[in-house]
Amino acid sequence: MLALRNALGTKEATAVASFPAHITIDGVAMAFGSRPVFHRLDCHFPRGALSVILGGSGSGKSTILRMIGGLVRPQAGRVLVDGEDVTRCGERELYNVRRKLGMLFQGGALLDSLSVFDNLAFPLRERTRLDEAAIARIVHEKLAAVGLQNVDRLLPRQLSGGMVKRVGLARALIGSPEVLLCDEPFSGLDPITARRIEGLLARLNRASGMTMVVVSHDVGSTRRLADHVVLVLDGGAVQGSFAALQESASPYVRAFLAEDIDETLLAEAPAEVAG
Amino acid sequence: MTTPVRALGFLAVRAAADLGAAAVFFAQVGRCILTPPLRLRSIVDETWKLGVLSLVVICVCGITVGMVLGLQGYNTLVRFGATESLGAVVGLSLVRELGPVLTALLATGRAGSATAAEIGSMVASEQLDGLRMMSIDPLHVVVMPKAVAMVVVMPLLSALFIACGVFGGWLVGVRLLGVDGGAYLTSLETSVDFRDDVASSLLKAVIFGILVGWVATYRGYTSAPTAAGVSAATTSTVVIGSVAILVFDYFITALWGVGA
Repeated sequence: MLALRNALGTKEATAVASFPAHITIDGVAMAFGSRPVFHRLDCHFPRGALSVILGGSGSGKSTILRMIGGLVRPQAGRVLVDGEDVTRCGERELYNVRRKLGMLFQGGALLDSLSVFDNLAFPLRERTRLDEAAIARIVHEKLAAVGLQNVDRLLPRQLSGGMVKRVGLARALIGSPEVLLCDEPFSGLDPITARRIEGLLARLNRASGMTMVVVSHDVGSTRRLADHVVLVLDGGAVQGSFAALQESASPYVRAFLAEDIDETLLAEAPAEVAG
Repeated sequence: MTTPVRALGFLAVRAAADLGAAAVFFAQVGRCILTPPLRLRSIVDETWKLGVLSLVVICVCGITVGMVLGLQGYNTLVRFGATESLGAVVGLSLVRELGPVLTALLATGRAGSATAAEIGSMVASEQLDGLRMMSIDPLHVVVMPKAVAMVVVMPLLSALFIACGVFGGWLVGVRLLGVDGGAYLTSLETSVDFRDDVASSLLKAVIFGILVGWVATYRGYTSAPTAAGVSAATTSTVVIGSVAILVFDYFITALWGVGA
């Protein structure tokens, strides 16, 4: 990992240093049972920027989001959200941290017994004293923000994949969070719907200045969207702007970000390439 | 020699850890009951759902068990010329044992497994994580109303089972075998004591409700987030719930007898 980091050169280091961190992951080690996921993960997500986490399947991209939300705890290291270490928080303290976060889950995670309207209204009814008229106004605002109308009465099972993502996004935004975490927002969608979601995230980021962390496999959308890229590999991560990572000294990093992958790299493990 | 001993040790440690985790879960749900809001609407909805789920099976099984009791009781009593005591035999069997125990076993298979599967599928589809990320406690919103509903619904279903059983015994004894209808009801009324029989039956139903609610919600809540995990949670709810009901039935009966 150290060799890979050194190989990246100074351009990424300069790019990383120029952003103030909103979320910092510091020396995290984690394993699921006997399967190690991170040996030592160090990265940060800049305030107000749209960051994309890239990486191979099973590399732990979604786990990073779950660590930020306090849904899983690493065995070692710190995860700082606005300076607060979520790995040390009790469940009650975590709820306070999570009020700053909104999360779009890969499958939407909508409550399947509730209608679209009630899914969005639910957190407001639970956490605020707003009357129903105010709740209805906020719900319709958020639905309009993601380009949905006349879906109030529909149940999640009656929605298409793209609509589920958009309702999930509207629900993630309902509490006006400081940080939006998106787990694979483009997966399972046709290219046009994926581009719509991509445009939606970009507009939201520009309009609100919200910190966004997006997990994705899609290099094309990452190039278009990302202010900051965290590439997870070999139990750690390298980070920087997309352009900086493209000029990395590591052929594996360059190959990962390239549209055309060098066939000779396909047979080699990342660690070997990095070393 | 060492390996089986070690394996047994690991098994014991795992069982103790699981029991400890279940006890903590029980305490957390108990704390949710005492923490506002009460979620009365959710509890009523869940009670309705669990009741409706089990209604047909409880009625059918209650009538059938009552009919069998009527038939078996008549065949035994007729040898002693005591067929007028058929109501007492059917009533006492149902109120003291068969009503609460069979209701709990049936509710475990029907409502308990459904509860575990519902919560398990919410785990698998990240709905509970979604609630956590909205700073909403899934124990309070999802688990507590289901667990409380199970406690509320069990005595009601048990009473329904007993009523259906008494009706089934009446059908066979009075309508089919010619026992006097008045004698059937009179022997039932005079033999069933409120404190010894009805109160213990009610207590059993409530305790079984707590057991089934606890096992079903715990197994669902801690299930692995996969289809196999949901399936395992459902199966283990039925197995553990059924065994726990029978074990607790013995102890409640024994302790109630000592107390009386």
